[in-house]
Amino acid sequence: MAEKKAAANEKPRIGVFVCHCGSNIGGFVDVPSVAEYAKTLPDVVYSTDNLYTCAEDGLASIREGIRKHDLNRVIVASCTPRTHAPLFQATCESAGLNKYMFTFVNIREHCSWVHMKEKDKASKKAKDLIRMGVARARLLEPQEEAKVEVTPASVVVGGGVSGMTAALSMADMGFPVHLVERDGELGGFIRNLNNLYVTEKSASETIKPLIEKVKAHKNIHLHLNSQLKGVEGFIGNYEVVIGTKGAEDLKAKVGTIVIATGALEFVPEGLYGYNQYPNVVTLTEFEILCKKKTLPKLKNVAFIQCVGSRGQVKSYCSRICCNVAIKNAINIVDNYENMLGLMEKSGTVVEKIPVETKATDEIMERRRRRRGRERGEEGEAEEVKLGPSEKIEVTVFNRDVMAYGVEHELTYNKAREKRVKFVRYTTDHLPKVYMEGNQLMIAYFHETLKLERTMPVDMVVLSTPLVGQPDAGELSQMLKVPLGQEGFFLEAHVKLRPVDFATDGIYVCGTCRGPADITECATQASAAASRAAIPMAKGYVQAEALTSVVDETKCSGCGTCIQVCPYGALRKNEKGYAEVIVAACKGCGCCGATCPEGAITMTNYTDAQLLAESRAALEEV
Amino acid sequence: MNSEAVHAGSHGGDGGSEHFEPKILVFCCNWCSYAGADLAGVSRLQMPPYFRTIRVMCSARVDPEFVIRAFEKGADGVLVAGCHPADCHYIGGNYRTRRRMALMKMLIQQFGFDPDRLRLEWVSAGEGEKFQKTIIEFTNTVKEMGPTPYKGGV
Ligand SMILES: Cc1cc2nc3c(=O)[nH]c(=O)nc-3n(C[C@H](O)[C@H](O)[C@H](O)COP(=O)(O)OP(=O)(O)OC[C@H]3O[C@@H](n4cnc5c(N)ncnc54)[C@H](O)[C@@H]3O)c2cc1C
Ligand code: SF4
Ligand code: SF4
Ligand code: FES
Repeated sequence: MAEKKAAANEKPRIGVFVCHCGSNIGGFVDVPSVAEYAKTLPDVVYSTDNLYTCAEDGLASIREGIRKHDLNRVIVASCTPRTHAPLFQATCESAGLNKYMFTFVNIREHCSWVHMKEKDKASKKAKDLIRMGVARARLLEPQEEAKVEVTPASVVVGGGVSGMTAALSMADMGFPVHLVERDGELGGFIRNLNNLYVTEKSASETIKPLIEKVKAHKNIHLHLNSQLKGVEGFIGNYEVVIGTKGAEDLKAKVGTIVIATGALEFVPEGLYGYNQYPNVVTLTEFEILCKKKTLPKLKNVAFIQCVGSRGQVKSYCSRICCNVAIKNAINIVDNYENMLGLMEKSGTVVEKIPVETKATDEIMERRRRRRGRERGEEGEAEEVKLGPSEKIEVTVFNRDVMAYGVEHELTYNKAREKRVKFVRYTTDHLPKVYMEGNQLMIAYFHETLKLERTMPVDMVVLSTPLVGQPDAGELSQMLKVPLGQEGFFLEAHVKLRPVDFATDGIYVCGTCRGPADITECATQASAAASRAAIPMAKGYVQAEALTSVVDETKCSGCGTCIQVCPYGALRKNEKGYAEVIVAACKGCGCCGATCPEGAITMTNYTDAQLLAESRAALEEV
Repeated sequence: MNSEAVHAGSHGGDGGSEHFEPKILVFCCNWCSYAGADLAGVSRLQMPPYFRTIRVMCSARVDPEFVIRAFEKGADGVLVAGCHPADCHYIGGNYRTRRRMALMKMLIQQFGFDPDRLRLEWVSAGEGEKFQKTIIEFTNTVKEMGPTPYKGGV
């Protein structure tokens, strides 16, 4: 950086550029008088107004101002720093001014747009805001951004589809990857599943090639039966400890970390007779039975959707369960003949219900007639031709079916064609599962007919949401990455940074960040891998000069700051004083506000700067 | 609010709240509340023009000293705005802020200020309306209390 005007001890020469933003500011604030006022402020040597400061001629006027008036500080009073600071900082840099010598004053979002009917008061406020900016600018100091080297290697935690996909992507790019899986096998949750929706292919067949590739890849170091035991460091420079059952701990240096620890299925203890009546199972249990071909003989299956989700226990919609239930409904209808044979062989495994004493003929009769009525058919409902689903009845009790997107809607329609019944319930009228003698029953309120109904069933399948891993909190604390209220990892920005954590160098993908299906997991995993690859491919990161600074002459070595820092960015040095790890510090200022000795301040947000701003705001003028 | 009356009287403040233009200092964290204030602007939500905002990275950056000094320099009200619990960009800074502000309220009360002159509010990046509501309410509260009892003093 060839910055000629970087010296901190130079007398401040401030230039103020007040923006009209067309009429966005100019229409509600007397911009020329504000620019005039700026000239009266201490150390302001130049001030002007621009129609659009961010347009090329506006930027040119900043560059020219710096040159002509030998400015060593620049203030732009315009919109918001959250969108425009990088542009103006780059402009300063292009004119040889350190970008930290720039101050932003927001007179649009925080002034002209919210005080549109009080031009005098808005103009007074704009002047106050600029006075505050000048007070701050006078105390600015040029900063150097530290360059931190990045170790080009990664650790991926979790060996499900997400973790494997992320590991493979990075390994294919040439980065060594440690894949840490706590189970003895790769594959994750998919190992429980029978077949997969949309493709209808076997789950284990689908995942097999991925597992094989991972195992064979020369850049992937696979650690099964292993867990992350410790992490130290910061982006580019993590030292992780991998603990493997029956082996010595392994230390590895990595530059990035990808979290892909997946989720579990919510156990609906106490809901709809789960663990109370036989043959009430969860979706996953049902898939396991299907996969192992150990289903009992069934004639009537009911799925209940949203068990424990959407406000019942968990607040959210688990996103996948409608499609999973539809998939399974189609499966049993389609494979009925096939399954019957199997069932005869394997008998009842789930438990206890003597199938023969199921629904009495009378009930069946009534139900057939009722079905005729539901279709609006007159007369002898019994004579209606029966489709395959007459051999096995499948009913999906739902609040509404979330079969989003193109394929899922088609699958949903397919299920309806196969006469899978979809019956709506509302939260005022939850279905009830109970036993009548040794017959499992469901009572429900038919929303369309406004009638209480009952129906005998052989099996009730409860669609429960995916929930965060119960021990996700340990990883969250170890890595200092947040969990949301629902126990899933929380990304940096829901829209713009979906697989980053706010902490640089750590990324997240798959069901550990919220319910998702395999397609979505694979997409997120590829995204996380390429995000992680950015610093690794570049080889370094530039740390924003926004960190804490410890004044050793004031520090008592109490260690309070070390405890409060959310990023582990402080440690004790050999002398016993606090020391900042510049690359790890995010500049929140927590430590500065907590240090009992006032030994810590923040670069670019020093106590002096903030106090000057505050004083200027309150000044009588 | 009555706790202040004595002090206010002794400094003979300008009394009547009608023409009183309060000085309100607002600390906004960059990630949520400043963005919420931006959104209020983008949405053209109108509010009383008496607050001046200082941007800090996290609400936890607001040193107790900043608050004390603000009152000492004549602030009629100080608002600290941060991310909702669990949303702090720096993991848990706002929990510290919450504890700290509760203590600060007690402290300023000992100095003779109505504790309601200091307010902590959670405003997310999506809550432009909450920012507006907060500013309107807080301005009204401060107007009702009248000028700071320490104006011109100390
Ligand atoms: C009943 C049911 C049916 C489904 N059917 C379909 C379907 O038909 N189609 C579809 O697309 N999706 C389906 N899904 C969703 C699918 O299962 C998930 O999207 C996918 O398996 C998630 O993959 P993952 O890698 O993110 O997580 P997981 O598969 O859960 O993998 C996470 C891995 O991390 C490991 N782990 C966890 N914590 C740690 C730790 N601390 N240290 C080390 N390792 C750890 C776990 O042991 C696990 O191996 C279904 C889900 C359910 C519940
Ligand atoms: S809190 Fe302050 S005094 Fe204590 S160790 Fe940290 S810098 Fe030193
Ligand atoms: S500013 Fe924040 S991140 Fe940096 S050392 Fe202090 S507490 Fe840690
Ligand atoms: S960043 Fe908003 S309160 Fe911490």
